[in-house]
Parts: sequence; structure tokens; C-alpha cells
Amino acid sequence: MKQFIRTFTAAAVLALSAGSAFAQANVSVKDAWVRATVPQQKATGAFMQLQAASDSKFVSASSPLTPTVEVHEMAMQGDVMRMRQVPAVELPAGKQVELKPGGYHIMLLNLKAQVKEGDTVPFTLVFEGKDGKRETVDIKAPVKALTTAAKPAHAGH
Amino acid sequence: MNQGISNPASRRAFVLAGATIALGLVSGCSLGGSVSFNGTDITGADFGRDFRLKDPSGQERTLADFKDKVVLIFFGFTQCPDVCPTALARAAEVKTLLGPDGDRLQVLFVSVDPERDTPEVLNAYTAAFDPTFLALYGDADRLAETAKEFKVIYQKVPTGDSYTIDHTSVTYAFDTEGKLRLKLSHSQSAIEYAADVRKLLHSA
Repeated sequence: MKQFIRTFTAAAVLALSAGSAFAQANVSVKDAWVRATVPQQKATGAFMQLQAASDSKFVSASSPLTPTVEVHEMAMQGDVMRMRQVPAVELPAGKQVELKPGGYHIMLLNLKAQVKEGDTVPFTLVFEGKDGKRETVDIKAPVKALTTAAKPAHAGH
Repeated sequence: MNQGISNPASRRAFVLAGATIALGLVSGCSLGGSVSFNGTDITGADFGRDFRLKDPSGQERTLADFKDKVVLIFFGFTQCPDVCPTALARAAEVKTLLGPDGDRLQVLFVSVDPERDTPEVLNAYTAAFDPTFLALYGDADRLAETAKEFKVIYQKVPTGDSYTIDHTSVTYAFDTEGKLRLKLSHSQSAIEYAADVRKLLHSA
């Protein structure tokens, strides 16, 4: 009987915690990095990979580095580059969404100081689940060289 | 029964064939065929003929300053977090891929953001990618003329309390005689760019 109760309790706890995990956004952030700047450069971008366990949206970011942090999407229209602030980035359940050169990025504007390779930039990222519940994730993104290429040389097509 | 190349007549034919092939390879495409580039061939274009812009030291520069080099010219701004660093990083990779020919490549970065891109920032920016890369700038009027000459669009777009700039992201290539030859796309790779630059360097 005791064994049964123990097992039942364990199973119940497991079921309950699994249930609550699906009820709110559960986002993982990987490979975050910030592009370094040269002195007096006023803006730069941050890139990362996001994945949510359930349908969610990436709605905002903030950082002690600057009060002006926006989420942007870069789009090529023919040969013309256009960058626009977006209100959110959709994160469909289980899908890896990349913020990378050529697509979305976090824009850091009105920088007051140089962002140096080797530094770390803290971010607070805000996500919203389908139920409207918000979740914040704190990360520290390393600063990589300004010259970091988007893809390696041999990836031509 | 074994003719092979031990037969004098066959050997002569073989040598002649070999020589023809070798000559063809060395002279590239001038054996009657046309050169094919990865970029769009705009040889003979009636635009993008020249520019008159300042370098970060304040000196006025024109295309003639870079005679005998292949010039890659790109229009951008330093507050561009994505396309401009990618384009310049690719140009640096092109220079590396060219090996010793890299000394005959000149990369130019023209600022479309005269309000924010000071000579100091521009100089530091291009130097970060390669010390030989040169930034060029002009005042609003000179920029407008230059962009028009190169069919480059650029437009300030407000974002938050700042602004970004939509801009044409092609790279133009001039040959060693200062003639506009190619329009290379931002979607193409360093390897594709380098192959074209090599062809331009060796076809003079």
C-alpha cells in the first residue's frame, strides 16, 4: 500500500509539473553574442537562438548597456537592405528561431561607450505565452569581434 | 600494335594538343570564349564612372587613385549591425583568399550616413576589418550625387528615438583600368567574389 502511494504521488507530481510546463512559455536561449564596436560607434546588434516549448512570442529585451534596446528584422528587398523594428518574434512550439545576421537581431542604440570584444553584456529577455503570461530570462552575452562573419567561406551557393 | 606516344607522329600531336590546352588555360578566356562571372556583368555601363569623396584624413579621392588595382566599393553606415559588417568581413575574406594578389585589391566603404559617421569612426571601422580598407565620405549633397551616379538608394528611417538607413547592398567591382565591370550581390560568398576579382586581375 505504501509503495502504491509513493508511486502514485511521484506520478502525480510528475504529471502536475509536466502540465504546468505546458501552460506557460518555456524558452531556452543559446549561443547569444553581441557584435563589438569601434570607439564612437553608436549602435550594434545582438544575436542568439531561441526555442520555446510552447507557442510563445519574444516581445522585448533590455540591458544595462543602454536604455535603447529594440528587436529588429532585416529584410532584403531586391538589392536594398531594410531594417525595421518588430513588436514581437513568433516562437512556434519546439521550433528553433535564430536571431542572426540576415534576419532578426536585437538592436542596441545610443551606445555611450565602446563595446569591446571579450566583454559580456547582460540582457533581460521577455517572452509571452499563448495565455498572455510573461516570462523573463536573464542572459549574459559575450562580445565577439566586429569582423565576425555570418557564415564560413565555404558555404557559398 | 601499341601506337601510344612512343610513335613520333602521335607524340607530336600529343604535345601540340597539350600546348594548346595549356595556352587556353593560361590566357583564360581570350581564346574566343567570353568570361563568365559570378556577379552580374555590367561592362560598358554608362553609370558608376567615378566619384570624388574624402577619405578619413580629409584628402579628396577619385577612382584614378586606385589605378592598377581591382576596386570593390560598398555603400553602408557604421550603425548597421548586420549587412555592413558582413559585407566588410566578406571583403576581408576575399583579400585573404586572393593570397599575394590581395595587394592588388582595394576595398572602399562609402558612408550613407554623413550625420553620424565621422571620419574617426569610419577610419576605425574599416581598419577593424583590414588596415588597407578605405572609408570615403561626403556631405549630404556630394553623397546624393555619388549615390545617383552609382544607382544606390539610401533612405533614413526613424526607429525609436534614432534612425536606421535602408540602403542598396550591392558591391561594385572596377577593373584595373578603372572601368566598372561587375555588380555583386550581398547573397554571394567570399569565394564567389574572390573568383571574380581574380579574373579581373588577370584579364588585363
